Amino acid sequence: MTVAARSLVNTARRPSGGGRRFSMDWLGAVPFFGYVALFLLLPTLIVVIGAFFGPDGLTFSNLAGLNKGFIVSAFVNSVLLSAVSAMIGAVGGAILAYAVATGNRNGAFRRLVLSACGVLAQFGGVTLAFAFIAAIGPVGFVYVWLQQHGLDFYAGGIWLYQLKGLMLVYAYFQIPLMVLVFLPALDGIRPQWREATESLGGRTWHYWRYVAGPLLAPAFIGALLLLFANAFSAYATAAALINQGSIIASLQIANDLTSEVGLHQPGIASAEALVMVVLVAIVMVLYTVLQRRTARWLR
Amino acid sequence: MSRNRRRKLQLFRVVVFILMGAFFLIPIGAMFEFSTRGTGLNSARTLSAWITIGQTPELVAAILVSLGLAAITSVAMLLLLVPTMVWVRLRVPNLSRAVEFLCLLPLTIPAIVLVAGLAPEYKWVSFYLSDSILTLAFAYLVLVLPYTYRALYAGLSAIDVKTLAEAARGLGAGWPTVMWRIIVPNMSGAILNAALLSVAVVLGEFTIANLLNYVNLQVEIAQLGRANAGVSIAVAVASLLFVFILLAILSFVGGPRSRSYSTRGAQ
Amino acid sequence: MASTPPAAATRTTARAGVEVRLEDLRRRYAGVTALDGLSLTLSAGELVALLGPSGCGKTTALRLLAGLEEADSGRVMIADEDVTDLPANRRDVGMVFQAYSLFPHMTAWQNVAFGLQMRKVGPAERRRRAGEMLELVGLSGFADRYAHQLSGGQQQRVALARALAIKPKVLLLDEPLSALDAKVRGRLRDEIRRVQLEIGITTLFVTHDQEEALAIADRVGVMHAGRLEQLGPPTVVYSRPATPFVASFVGLTNRMPGVVRAGEVEVRGTRMPLVQRDARDGPAVALVRPEAVTVVGDAESAAGPLVGTVIATAFLGATSRVTVDLGDVTVLAQLATSDAGALPAGTRVRLALRPDPVLIAREDDAALTQA
Repeated sequence: MTVAARSLVNTARRPSGGGRRFSMDWLGAVPFFGYVALFLLLPTLIVVIGAFFGPDGLTFSNLAGLNKGFIVSAFVNSVLLSAVSAMIGAVGGAILAYAVATGNRNGAFRRLVLSACGVLAQFGGVTLAFAFIAAIGPVGFVYVWLQQHGLDFYAGGIWLYQLKGLMLVYAYFQIPLMVLVFLPALDGIRPQWREATESLGGRTWHYWRYVAGPLLAPAFIGALLLLFANAFSAYATAAALINQGSIIASLQIANDLTSEVGLHQPGIASAEALVMVVLVAIVMVLYTVLQRRTARWLR
Repeated sequence: MSRNRRRKLQLFRVVVFILMGAFFLIPIGAMFEFSTRGTGLNSARTLSAWITIGQTPELVAAILVSLGLAAITSVAMLLLLVPTMVWVRLRVPNLSRAVEFLCLLPLTIPAIVLVAGLAPEYKWVSFYLSDSILTLAFAYLVLVLPYTYRALYAGLSAIDVKTLAEAARGLGAGWPTVMWRIIVPNMSGAILNAALLSVAVVLGEFTIANLLNYVNLQVEIAQLGRANAGVSIAVAVASLLFVFILLAILSFVGGPRSRSYSTRGAQ
Repeated sequence: MASTPPAAATRTTARAGVEVRLEDLRRRYAGVTALDGLSLTLSAGELVALLGPSGCGKTTALRLLAGLEEADSGRVMIADEDVTDLPANRRDVGMVFQAYSLFPHMTAWQNVAFGLQMRKVGPAERRRRAGEMLELVGLSGFADRYAHQLSGGQQQRVALARALAIKPKVLLLDEPLSALDAKVRGRLRDEIRRVQLEIGITTLFVTHDQEEALAIADRVGVMHAGRLEQLGPPTVVYSRPATPFVASFVGLTNRMPGVVRAGEVEVRGTRMPLVQRDARDGPAVALVRPEAVTVVGDAESAAGPLVGTVIATAFLGATSRVTVDLGDVTVLAQLATSDAGALPAGTRVRLALRPDPVLIAREDDAALTQA
């Protein structure tokens, strides 16, 4: 056998366990990918497809059907609610986070506050709605007490069960979420920057205007976006609180999902869901971009 | 820092904590207050609403069902995620970005959207597999992925998995041994974290159960709330306390700071 | 323990700079005394290094001078002006921190120009002066780089340029080299000294590394537990330590048991005069420098209090350090490498102690536990 032929044979016979081999290791990740495909990607795909399918096949009529007054106003309300509650959460949460960050970093109090935030950020839905009803609802003890002392804040209507009420109630989980997301950025501010500013002649105002402000801005805006997405996607709290009408997008989707056959188009709910998920996805992408900028400066 | 500035800062912190504390504690206090009201005005405080919890069969059933779902979801999540994450870290690191992306994706897909797509799937599941509410665990596992992934990732990063695994393999251990007797014991804090987070999320979940027409704890509280507010609020408080204790354990046992922690609950 | 500042005539560059006085500074935190009555005068244009282990108060002294902290009592005078109650941003000092002090969202020149911006200098003028400062520290081409694009040594040079851009009265350096690699440390150390001499600015340099302090300072102040134990030129602090702590912190020391009698200490048959003339008689530990230990020859079979076996030799360049085991104590001797070469491990040698004045410490002296 010639040298060339022999080397060819040897190459063919080389076992697949050494050097640049063809690896079967990726099979180990299959259960995970399969599961996620089934229960996360597939439902999303169903929604996307459902938005474009009607009784007669591929159609845009579902999306066009979104152009009804009450649906558009539901989305507008959702944007309004999300923006306002995100602002309240961002400002309130930033203040609270600053109060936490300036304390003892290993202290028990800080851990207590953070674990409380962890619970409260999850705390939503039915329980939260009932808590507020119990506090400032028409028979809530805060309302009753204030009424007995002359202050009736429901004189113009019970706003707790309207959009305004949702804005207040959402603050309850937006503020803790802000603390959890923004605190790492605050922790990343090094004391040397403040001291360097001072020794270079800067005062408190200069520090915030030229150093801390610009450094924290991406983190703050990113967190604001996250809070927006969070509020936009929320459903349970509103479901428990609003008993008249589907005034926000998530309630509208739920309504269209469960309403009896006959009146509605089956694809409407999917179309609405598609719009929602696209909006949230855009916001989350922006958030991720800002997170990376923050991490580079405030590791 | 100058003394003057430090004093002003301390004052600021005290004011903030008092105001925030009030804002967050008043609604919870209100729930306690409401659930212990007697009948008629000015009557004495009573625990009758709390006692009625045990006497309401739908409520007890819902509690048990949710606890069962929480347990199943936690275990299933650990069985799926831990081996996958270890395997990817050790053998297929190129896939780690993909795994991370998929685990964090549920944060971007609102539950209300997910359930729109799950409805047809669950028709199939309830017809061909089982119509028990426990099948919700399939969906819940996806919901908890972002939080549990972060917790487990922190645990994996804290130990040098590669070196430990190589040392064990060099001494003759097979992969199951490496997993069970080397890696898992060193991640126990993170695993506990992840499990507790799953329980917290499952106990608070409403959207998916409600729109798929199952009755879990939160759904039952909502339904009962229309009829008997006191009892349902008592249960709500109880579940809240339970979750708080769980997460308090988490922050003291599971080890220190979670870096960036983004959460979305059962809103 | 203070000594008078040396004459400025030994320096070739004219000294500008101002005099700085720290008068009886005291500071306590949470029950710990950080500074216990520190008094120190830096003459115009002088570089004084404060040297000591962590917790000795050197950083506190620096921060009090900078105005970043407030003293419980005492005064800080800069150019005859009492600045004790002035906040940091009005003191006109330039400070270089140990690490991480560059603003990460600004380029190098923006960092350097920041102090000028605080003083309302116009943008074009700022840019020009920042360029000058960067050239002074040898980083002309790096003006548009960000902190994360610069090495540790480069970052510290930018920090130095930033501190000097505002033409401060005093330059303060808080362990500027501690976070850097060994190789970079030496070069940057000399850079800092070069710049300091060129500008002639009064400088306080804090460090725990005695080699750094001895290499660049005009005077070294050794601190321990909030007090200044000795202040003097490097050569004096090294060769004539005033206290046992200074002796054991600066340079290497042999601790050899002996007996004090009438102003002298007898160590293994050799009598040496004492620095502390009025020490009580009795057992003590003599602190002998390795340079004071010489090897007088092979001793194949001889015995004696100063006869032992060579254990190891550490090659340090021109000199070598030889470790000799005398049975009950191990002694370091510093010899010329050519001499040390003839003494491989295992050789039996006889040592001699030069009768220079030595310090003694008692067995239970806390200062002896310092490395």
